[in-house]
Amino acid sequence: MLGAEALIKALEKEGVDVVFGLPGGANLPIYDALVDANLRHILVRHEQSAAHMADGYARIKRKAGVCFATSGPGATNLITGIATAYADSSPMIAVTGQVPLAMIGKDAFQETDIIGVANPCTKYAFQPRAAAEIPETVKKAFYISESGRPGPVLIDIPKDVQQAREEVAFPNLIKVRGYNPIVDADLSQLERAVQAMMKAEKPIIMAGGGVILSGAFSELQALAELLMAPVVTTFKGKGSFPENHALAMGPIGMHGHAEANKIIIEADCIIAVGARFSDRSVGRFDEFGKGMTIIHLDVDPAEIGKNKAADIAVVGDVKSSLRTAVKMLTKYKIVKRAIDDPWLKRRKELIDYYADSIKDYPRELTAKKALKKLRELLPHNAIVTTEVGQCQMWASLHFDVIAPGTFFSSTGLGTMGFGFPASIGAKAAKPRSIVVDIAGDGSFNMTENSLAVSVLDKLPVIVFLMNNYMLGMVAQWQRTFYKRRYSGVHQQNCPDYAKIAEAYGAQGIRAQTMEELDKALKKAMNTDVASVIDISIDPEEDVYPFVAPGTGLKDMITGA
Amino acid sequence: MKTGDTLSQNDAVSWHLVAALVENKPGVLFRVTNLFRARSFNIESITVGSTEQVDLSRMTITTKTDEKTLDQLVKQLRKLIDVVEVRVLETSKSVYRELALIKMKAEKPTARMEITTYASIFRANILDIDKDTIMVEITGTPDKIDAFKNLVNSFGIIQLARTGVSALPRGENV
Ligand SMILES: Cc1ncc(C[n+]2csc(CCOP(=O)(O)OP(=O)(O)O)c2C)c(N)n1
Repeated sequence: MLGAEALIKALEKEGVDVVFGLPGGANLPIYDALVDANLRHILVRHEQSAAHMADGYARIKRKAGVCFATSGPGATNLITGIATAYADSSPMIAVTGQVPLAMIGKDAFQETDIIGVANPCTKYAFQPRAAAEIPETVKKAFYISESGRPGPVLIDIPKDVQQAREEVAFPNLIKVRGYNPIVDADLSQLERAVQAMMKAEKPIIMAGGGVILSGAFSELQALAELLMAPVVTTFKGKGSFPENHALAMGPIGMHGHAEANKIIIEADCIIAVGARFSDRSVGRFDEFGKGMTIIHLDVDPAEIGKNKAADIAVVGDVKSSLRTAVKMLTKYKIVKRAIDDPWLKRRKELIDYYADSIKDYPRELTAKKALKKLRELLPHNAIVTTEVGQCQMWASLHFDVIAPGTFFSSTGLGTMGFGFPASIGAKAAKPRSIVVDIAGDGSFNMTENSLAVSVLDKLPVIVFLMNNYMLGMVAQWQRTFYKRRYSGVHQQNCPDYAKIAEAYGAQGIRAQTMEELDKALKKAMNTDVASVIDISIDPEEDVYPFVAPGTGLKDMITGA
Repeated sequence: MKTGDTLSQNDAVSWHLVAALVENKPGVLFRVTNLFRARSFNIESITVGSTEQVDLSRMTITTKTDEKTLDQLVKQLRKLIDVVEVRVLETSKSVYRELALIKMKAEKPTARMEITTYASIFRANILDIDKDTIMVEITGTPDKIDAFKNLVNSFGIIQLARTGVSALPRGENV
């Protein structure tokens, strides 16, 4: 069989049902093989969006999404999407065409050393040099991408390898000797961790993206309820714990919930689960967690001690580590913290305090009110993603995720233009769910041509466009740190987003008031075509609270 | 090195030997050095060569760094798919050697005499002599090579090439 056919068959064997991509000279054989494949191919309008769609698909399906691009510019267009997936540990298989083997290194037309380019933002990159190598390569790629700490893997296939007709075999078992992703948690370390958790008077759970990646939702909830410990999340961990739960405190960080940022610095023991102590979450590494016992559970040994030294570290899949910890705690029959325990009272006190002291922006329609309305109208199982900027941070602050695993965002790389294509990928993964992209106008601009995909491939999503005609987050920093000297942030009322939507055959609805927003949302939720709701947001509205870069969580600013 | 426990808070910088077994295939050295660059790990030397197993290469890396960075360097190396094994070698329990070629000015016969004497004390070999120059080959620990280099510096070193360190654990340790 041809190399290209071997690729498609190998993907089918991995259970792939959809690929996102765009053809070109160097992957024509693959596109020809697609004609007879049992795969749905979704034609994108820009390869960056193909990678984001595969990423969005992966985050909801919790298995690798697949994207295709040709060599050279097709492959480099994927890179932003691959880097985004890498920063958020999202599984992805990117398949690129390459110039024929004999042309490699000759600066051929559309030749880019994509293995070299992709190296720092992939878990691994393969270049099969014979058709017969393809099935094993694909199997290894999926194994590496999906296991341990997931991430993107690139397969770069020279055109002659795609075209070669060879005898191929499809292996059932493969081994990668330098790769041992799953470490069984050390039971004595877990025992120490459990002892420290029980001893703590003011324990706090800090749940990160690892909880979502391993699907450890019920285990996390069981741990929290056994310890009666308040739960904060990182931004990546938003939605790992129901945000309406009696122990929930919301995300910490640069634009975290004020009560979450406050309570974590008052704790005596931090139980970090699948979190990597990023600067955006914890502020200054040297200040964070000082004098507290830090327990760190993570699947990636390299995260232990990278940003923050742990007192007790447990390396292993967090789902199984949590399950064991819960068993141990149950065996010890710990006496639950009563609801009038001082630590839980403190939780309530902080929530009430900040609810009163952080004032909403003085306007009829504000970001907060708009997002509360969205929450009110959306069913709990709707999937929500975001773009980047103020829109994203407002979503983090004001949109409560109730059903675990229904929220994701480009948190590590902060990629503008991610949310919309990713929401389409999520819709492909779960067609029956309502999918919403909480967007800013600047971000939406970057990948809005995915409207064609949303309409033509019948993957309708709702773009909740918080339109301030500004690169709003940058404008906020210029207001705060550069004496309002605006530079390069105005979008000058261009374009008309409702018209853009209509031009693609989608529905465009304007909302200037809360009442119009209510109607627009109901209309969007009740059609089977993509909708862009152009919501007017005041360009001066800031996001608070704010922990300025280079400062600690204690330095949080709660208003102008 | 343990993955579990508290890291030592010792940030004193010292010299370390790291030994790695890696897949013997194209691109591996690139992946390793690219990792060092991307994470700003400061490497003094890196050597790669074949081993007793045809499909594995041995890499020896020397670095001057604190414990915390060394811990990260080892863990990040282990994460690379093509890296099969990584160990920090204790200098007292391993043998490590470097080779250097040093070409010096030696126009006067007295200079030639002196260099030859030093070379024999250091068990270095004279590899090449012409009317104005001498080339010496010296093998030893980096310290020994430094010492020899300092000794002959005054003659005028024309060219110098060092291989970087290769190392193996002593005795039955593998
Ligand atoms: C691809 C990319 N380019 C630049 C940035 C820097 N950046 C961060 S937020 C932001 C503004 C985003 O504007 P918009 O999407 O309109 O959202 P808003 O902040 O107004 O809600 C910019 C330019 C980025 N994160 N990503």
